[in-house]
Amino acid sequence: MVMEIVCPAGTPAALRAAVRAGAHTVYCGFNDETNARNFPGLNFDRSEMREGVDFAHAHGARVLVAINTFPRAGDQSIWHRAIDDAKLSGADAVILADAGLLDYAARTHPGLRLHLSVQAAAANADIINFYAGTFGVKRVVLPRVLSVPEIAAINAETDVETEVFVFGGLCVMAEGRCSLSSYATGLSPNMNGVCSPASHVKYHDNNGELDAKLGGFTIHRAAKDEPAPYPTLCKGCFSAGGQTGHLFEDPVSLNAEQLIPQLQKAGVRALKIEGRQRSKSYVAQVVRNFRAAVDALEAGRPLPEGMLARLSEGQAMTTGAYKKTWR
Amino acid sequence: MPQPQVPHCPAALARILRVAPLVPLSLALTAFCRHIGKRHPGLFRRLGEHSRVRFVLNPVDLPIMLCLAPNGGAPTVRALRGNCEGEARISGPFAALLGLVHGAYDGDALFFSRDLVIEGDTGAVLALRNAVDDAELDLSQEIAALSGPFSSIILQTAAFAERRTGVSMARPEEDLAW
Repeated sequence: MVMEIVCPAGTPAALRAAVRAGAHTVYCGFNDETNARNFPGLNFDRSEMREGVDFAHAHGARVLVAINTFPRAGDQSIWHRAIDDAKLSGADAVILADAGLLDYAARTHPGLRLHLSVQAAAANADIINFYAGTFGVKRVVLPRVLSVPEIAAINAETDVETEVFVFGGLCVMAEGRCSLSSYATGLSPNMNGVCSPASHVKYHDNNGELDAKLGGFTIHRAAKDEPAPYPTLCKGCFSAGGQTGHLFEDPVSLNAEQLIPQLQKAGVRALKIEGRQRSKSYVAQVVRNFRAAVDALEAGRPLPEGMLARLSEGQAMTTGAYKKTWR
Repeated sequence: MPQPQVPHCPAALARILRVAPLVPLSLALTAFCRHIGKRHPGLFRRLGEHSRVRFVLNPVDLPIMLCLAPNGGAPTVRALRGNCEGEARISGPFAALLGLVHGAYDGDALFFSRDLVIEGDTGAVLALRNAVDDAELDLSQEIAALSGPFSSIILQTAAFAERRTGVSMARPEEDLAW
C-alpha cells in the first residue's frame, strides 16, 4: 500500500494546489481559534470548507479538519460548532487533541472519523489504545520526539494507524504544551491557535543587520549575510552566561525524506507535511517532492534526491528525533 | 525543487520611472487595483482587521515606491519618488514582488533568504501575503481583461517580456503531475 501523503492547506488556493500536486489527503482549519494556525488572512470560512471538500473529493483526495486547540473554559460551544460544521462540510475526519472534544465528537457524530492530533502528545501504545478504546480514534499523529525504533515499538502494540511528520517546522516543547509564546505575548498555540502571533512580531533592518522582536523582546539579530531569523522564541538566539547561541533549539527544519523506507518498515501509514502558514507555491513544491518519493518507494525505485533546502525554516535541515544521535 | 533565483529588473524600466508623471500613474494603478478587487472580492475580505492598514511596497531596484491603502475594499495606490508613510512595509526586488503576486515564489523562502525585508505591522503583511496567495492573481490576464480587442497583444507582449527578462509577468502554469 502506498504511504499516504498528508498535506497542509492554509487557503482554498493551497488546497487546490496540494490536490493537483498529488496530495492523497489535505488538512486545514476554520478561520478562528479552533485550529493551531490561527494567523491573519489564513484558513477557511464555512462555505470555503464545503467547497474545498467537494473539490478534493472530486479529485479523489480526502480532507481532514484540524480542530486541535484546547477549548477555553466556558466557551466550549465554539469548538463544538467547529466539529458540527466539519461534519456538515463532508470532511473525511477531524483532528482533535482535547479529550472533552473527542468525547463530544464521538457522542454527537458517531460516524465521524477521529484522528488524534500531535497536540495530544500521545507517545506510547497504552495511551493511544486508551484513546482508541474510549473514543474510537482511528489514527494518531505521533509527537516529533520519537525515534524510528520507538515508532516501530508503538505500531507493534496498536491497531491505530500512525501518521508522522516528515517535513517542516519543529517544536522543542512537549507537544501541545508550549508556554514560551504565552510568556512573551500572552497568546499561545494551544489556547489561541497562534505561536508567536504576527501582531507581536517586529522586524527592523539596522544597516543590514536584521533584528527580530517578539512582544518587545529582541529574540535574534542576524548579520547581513545570514538567513532572516524565524520569529519564534524557541528558535531565538540569546546571550547568556557569556555565550551567544540558540538557547532552546537551532532554527532548522525537519526533513525525513530519506527515512521514508524505514518509516514504512516501522508500520507508519501516513506522512505529514507541516506548513499551513506557508504559501501555495511551497505546498505544491513539497507535495510533488514527497509524492514522487512514495511512488518511487512503491515501485521499488531509488528515492529521488531531496531538493527542498531553500524552502525550510532557517534554510537548514535535520532528521530530528527519528535519528537520536545524542543517545 | 529549489526556489529560482530572483532575476534583475530591466534598467530601462527604472529609467522610464525616473521621469514618468506620477499622478496619472497613481490614478491608473488605483483603477487597476479596484478592477482586481471587483474580480477577486475575497482578496480584501481576507485582509479582515487589516483592511485599513497602509502598505508601502518598495521595489528596491526602481526609483518609486507604492503606497497601497485597501480602504476596506475601495483601494487607492499612490506612486511616490520619496519615502512613503505606512504602517507596514515590504521591500525587495521588483521581480520578487511580482513573482509573489503570481505565486512563482514562496514568500517565506524569499524572506528567510533576505530577498524580501518586512517592517512595521507584521500581522498586516502576513494577511496581505495570504490574501494575495489565495486570490491566484495573474496581472497580465487582469490587464488583458481591460484591454478589449488588444487583449491578445497584451498577453503576447507579457509572455515575450517574461521570456526576455525572466521577470514573472503571469501566473505560471501548474505542473499537473497527477
